[in-house]
Amino acid sequence: MNAFEYASPATLKEALGLLGNSWSDAAVLAGGTDLLSLMKDHIAEPKRVVNIKGIKELGGITKSGGGLRIGANATVDELMESAAVRAEYPSLVAAARGIDSPQVRNMGTVVGDLCQRPRCWYYRNGFGLLAMKGGKSLVESGQNEFHSIFSSGPAKFVSASSFGPALIALGAKVKIASASGSREVAVADFFKAPTGDGDREIDLKPNEIVTEIVVPAAKGAKNATYEVRNKEGLDWPLATASVVLTMKGANVATAKIVLGHVGPTPVVAADAASSLAGKAINEETATAAGKAAVAGAKPLSDNGYKVQLAAVAVKRALLAAAGKA
Amino acid sequence: MGPGETEITLTINGKATKVKVETRTTLLDACRERLEITGAKRVCDRGTCGACTMIVNGKTVYGCTTLAVDNVGKKIETIENLTAGAKPHPIVPAFSNNDALQCGYCTPGMVMASKGLLDRTPNPTYDQVKAGLGGNLCRCGTYVGIRKAVLEAAKELRASGGRKSGGSNA
Ligand SMILES: Cc1cc2nc3c(=O)[nH]c(=O)nc-3n(C[C@H](O)[C@H](O)[C@H](O)COP(=O)(O)OP(=O)(O)OC[C@H]3O[C@@H](n4cnc5c(N)ncnc54)[C@H](O)[C@@H]3O)c2cc1C
Ligand code: SF4
Ligand code: FES
Ligand code: FES
Repeated sequence: MNAFEYASPATLKEALGLLGNSWSDAAVLAGGTDLLSLMKDHIAEPKRVVNIKGIKELGGITKSGGGLRIGANATVDELMESAAVRAEYPSLVAAARGIDSPQVRNMGTVVGDLCQRPRCWYYRNGFGLLAMKGGKSLVESGQNEFHSIFSSGPAKFVSASSFGPALIALGAKVKIASASGSREVAVADFFKAPTGDGDREIDLKPNEIVTEIVVPAAKGAKNATYEVRNKEGLDWPLATASVVLTMKGANVATAKIVLGHVGPTPVVAADAASSLAGKAINEETATAAGKAAVAGAKPLSDNGYKVQLAAVAVKRALLAAAGKA
Repeated sequence: MGPGETEITLTINGKATKVKVETRTTLLDACRERLEITGAKRVCDRGTCGACTMIVNGKTVYGCTTLAVDNVGKKIETIENLTAGAKPHPIVPAFSNNDALQCGYCTPGMVMASKGLLDRTPNPTYDQVKAGLGGNLCRCGTYVGIRKAVLEAAKELRASGGRKSGGSNA
């Protein structure tokens, strides 16, 4: 790890004043479960580390306007234990439980989960987000069994966040503050596939802090996340699906389906979702929606198996949401 | 503060302890390399194995993935505390009674993860024990013995009225 100046401000205003205009000026520290590893591997080398855990206004998970406000310092464990979350958002509880290490859940924040950097081994070993060498993608010509099956551009890593797809399906937003004001971004737009090596995979600038996540009221919408994993713990999923269903009687009124860990951003499967309108959820319709969700997949040399996993994740998430799992 | 060395006070196993660290020193390295508190092990140093597990403010954490300076004012408990009292915490004999270790390298972390689990869930089911230790790896594959040990310690703790800690400290 490089040496750095450390600050633990008590207010958001102070914290924002300590950030800079380049990523090497300063880094925000929440739980540290990703940042410390990035720094040990010299992927992040900030001159200053700004610990936000002492900022009270960024804490807590509260009910707000029928929905939820998840403060930047709220941990995955707090989310999993929250009665308000458990009552209405089984999809978020499943994403939290999937992070199978109690230690990671105790330390890591939900906002940090959205901001975590990709796990691509080329990126983590210093070859850059796009992992290009001599104009060629190291991912395409190398080991890519855990990489993207949904890339249209040069980014071949997968978004590491399990909360991202669940929050997108629920229609959540993030609030972001900088010294010059604050803005709101739909979680769906917060993730972006980078096209240049200097780009980030999230819509965040070096002088900004995500202050909270706002989740709209579930209003009885059925929701679920299903994860397919290689091993139970200490690893990221191979493919996930998060779904939200509103019903009209026994049939689907509206559906949202978002895939995780299969593309450089969470992948919204709009066609698969709209094809469910007016239908009941059963083995047959759920299987068809799963197939439709992966219709546009473009696997690399060694990850064709993920297409099938993603289709199955969609099917099982739908059946779980409909109470038929 | 920093980037150079600063003296901070950490409260480890109930004792206020002064230590000189750099801002980049992890809690684990502060304990192991500066304070001779070497029970917690450094294996992956990336938050992916659990060998460095400690309990901070009542919750299990990876000592390798938190900065020492970030732990000023918090209650830090390491495995040393479990044998600090007249009798060890029941999880300690339970590990040997159940062959819960082979090479022993993951053991301090497993013991602390088990203690953290029992503090929160005094009467766990087998599945809760399995999930509760999901943050710790054992290369030797002693998981079955470890889970039995936790269930035995839970029984012992209930019989003895829920005494939580070996030392009275943390
Ligand atoms: C062994 C292991 C297994 C894991 N498994 C999974 C999994 O299955 N699914 C999954 O989704 N995740 C998984 N994770 C990732 C984990 O959920 C994240 O590391 C964690 O949530 C990050 O939160 P943190 O508070 O520790 O972030 P930090 O490490 O403190 O920060 C992470 C990044 O986000 C930035 N950041 C943090 N908070 C803010 C903010 N408020 N504003 C601006 N920038 C910010 C930091 O600067 C840094 O770049 C796993 C991690 C580990 C170590
Ligand atoms: S025995 Fe297993 S864990 Fe140990 S070095 Fe060989 S492959 Fe790795
Ligand atoms: S050494 Fe800390 S988790 Fe492996
Ligand atoms: S006993 Fe050898 S690693 Fe667990």
